[in-house]
Amino acid sequence: MYRYDEFDQDFVHARVAEFSDQVQRRLAGEITEDQFRPLRLMNGVYLQLHAYMLRIAVPYGTLNSRQLRMLGHIARKYDKGYGHFTTRQNIQFNWPALSDIPAILADLASVEMHAIQTSGNCIRNVTADHFAGAAADEVADPRPYAEILRQWSSVHPEFSFLPRKFKIAVTGAERDRAAIQTHDIGLHLKKNAAGELGFAVYVGGGQGRTPMVAKKIRDFLPEADLLSYCTAILRVYNLYGRRDNKYKARIKILVHETGVEEITRQIESEWQELKDAELKLPEADIQAINAYFAPPALTDRPEGDALVKQARLDSKSFSEWLDQNVVTHRHPDYAAVTVSLKGIGEVPGDATDSQMEAVADIAEKYAFDELRVSHEQNLILPHVARADLKTVYDALVEIGLATANSNLISDIISCPGLDYCALATARSIPIAQEISQRFASLERQREIGELKLKISGCINACGHHHVGHIGILGVEKKGSELYQVTLGGSADENTSVGEIIGRGFSSEEITDAIEQIVDTYLGLRLSPDERFIDAYRRVGPAPFKEALYAGETKAA
Amino acid sequence: MKVLTANRLSDGIAVWYADGGWAETVGHADIAHDKAAEDRLEAIGAAAYANNEVVDVNLIDVEVVDGLAEPVRLREKIRAAGPTIRTDLGKQAAPEAIQAA
Repeated sequence: MYRYDEFDQDFVHARVAEFSDQVQRRLAGEITEDQFRPLRLMNGVYLQLHAYMLRIAVPYGTLNSRQLRMLGHIARKYDKGYGHFTTRQNIQFNWPALSDIPAILADLASVEMHAIQTSGNCIRNVTADHFAGAAADEVADPRPYAEILRQWSSVHPEFSFLPRKFKIAVTGAERDRAAIQTHDIGLHLKKNAAGELGFAVYVGGGQGRTPMVAKKIRDFLPEADLLSYCTAILRVYNLYGRRDNKYKARIKILVHETGVEEITRQIESEWQELKDAELKLPEADIQAINAYFAPPALTDRPEGDALVKQARLDSKSFSEWLDQNVVTHRHPDYAAVTVSLKGIGEVPGDATDSQMEAVADIAEKYAFDELRVSHEQNLILPHVARADLKTVYDALVEIGLATANSNLISDIISCPGLDYCALATARSIPIAQEISQRFASLERQREIGELKLKISGCINACGHHHVGHIGILGVEKKGSELYQVTLGGSADENTSVGEIIGRGFSSEEITDAIEQIVDTYLGLRLSPDERFIDAYRRVGPAPFKEALYAGETKAA
Repeated sequence: MKVLTANRLSDGIAVWYADGGWAETVGHADIAHDKAAEDRLEAIGAAAYANNEVVDVNLIDVEVVDGLAEPVRLREKIRAAGPTIRTDLGKQAAPEAIQAA
């Protein structure tokens, strides 16, 4: 993985020193909150309901064991023994004292981590496919390009005060696991007919109060033009994006109001000015960054087949975990493992200090020291020899992280909601917990099959409800929590925004409503192979409306 | 009825104005029963903000239950108690809150 060079390390240390000084001056009363707020936000420090919150960047979701151990250490020493992995592949701590944040940032810097640009109207952490570098279906590892974008966008003077925040995601496979079409810029790394690498470029996706699916504005951009083209997009956005209304300031609104054809023309025109200048990526530089992401030396471990076969016979639970949480690796003797942070009834995305340390140990011993955070709020061990899978499984069982529910209904994305967040209008975690408990039976979950359920506690949609096969949005209505349901959303290569199915449900009703939706699906699917999303796209909302509201219509 | 709430600058912990200072629990917060009292609390909040003691200062609605102030809105109830999904954390976990209960 990428290692800081001298420049990176100096820069991060300098930023720690600068922000530590700003914190000291704030605590001493030398600067006001109005002066300090933008400074703390640039360094990932929010103020939430109960305390400050620190959001730490995990670039493209990639971590090593030393870094994860440090996150565990921070959780224990400065927080309340746990952290929350987010839908942007980052981690948040919910309880740090402002006075401790300089020490936390110094600890982070010691393992090449920071919290820079995890807030504010700048280019945020670039996200990537969590199976990058391991997936059997990828054309090339997207992370070198994410790293190039990180270097380019870090404290970029022109793009540090954009109309609004800006999110970029990169995938290297046809099957999109990085939700690129829900981002301001989505990049799909691919090869052209000549076998050259480049990107399909999508612009103007986003969720929040105005969900939009990104529009493809270029089918193939040569890799050398990555930065000049992104600069052209950002320039057009920076110039024409609205600054008069926070809710209309994202590039999705500009794309929508300008029209795809016209905005593409503007971007291409800007790009003509830039494409052959200093932003063109030299092949040597691409190769230099690529070298950091060279895959580990995966020695052949053919004994894995026999070991896995035997272990399957010995243990039903291991066999189920293999089916659900283990995916094919590009090397036949290896696999990529999803470590579920969605134990039944647990808080989605939360991990304790000791769990973080234990997963770090497993990664160090059995996964070439590599870890990923997925945008679905799980951890990933991207390279595990099949021969070691049973040992890894047993170690995960020990720490309560072997729930075999990847991509099932209890693998819920949930924002922190009103239990922590100052912007939230309703709780989301307790709803996730209740649904998870209702569908606790793994047999039942597997019978239902792939089902992406996502919950947000306010219209800002941090819980990605718009792109859940089943989405739940919590709002406050007449002083109570009310949950609206959307169906038919999806965040893959066929991204779609879910449709509101009808009136909302109280917190007491919502789990029953979800169960009714699931039962309706089970009753109408053509075969167990027809996933919820496919069935919904075939039949539309009518049968689900009928199941949920028929009694009311008749009564009316 | 309203009380004055904020987050303490140094650690961000939610606090309520009571007896001339900032308490970590809402129960005994000074209650404003009329506009004049609200104005007085607001002025105290503005001064404390200007004096860098607290941030995010707000007046919130409360009712009195068993002689103690209790926030009306769910958001403020959760701020006053702690996360509903982690009752071992926040004010609800503090000995003082347990004693008050």
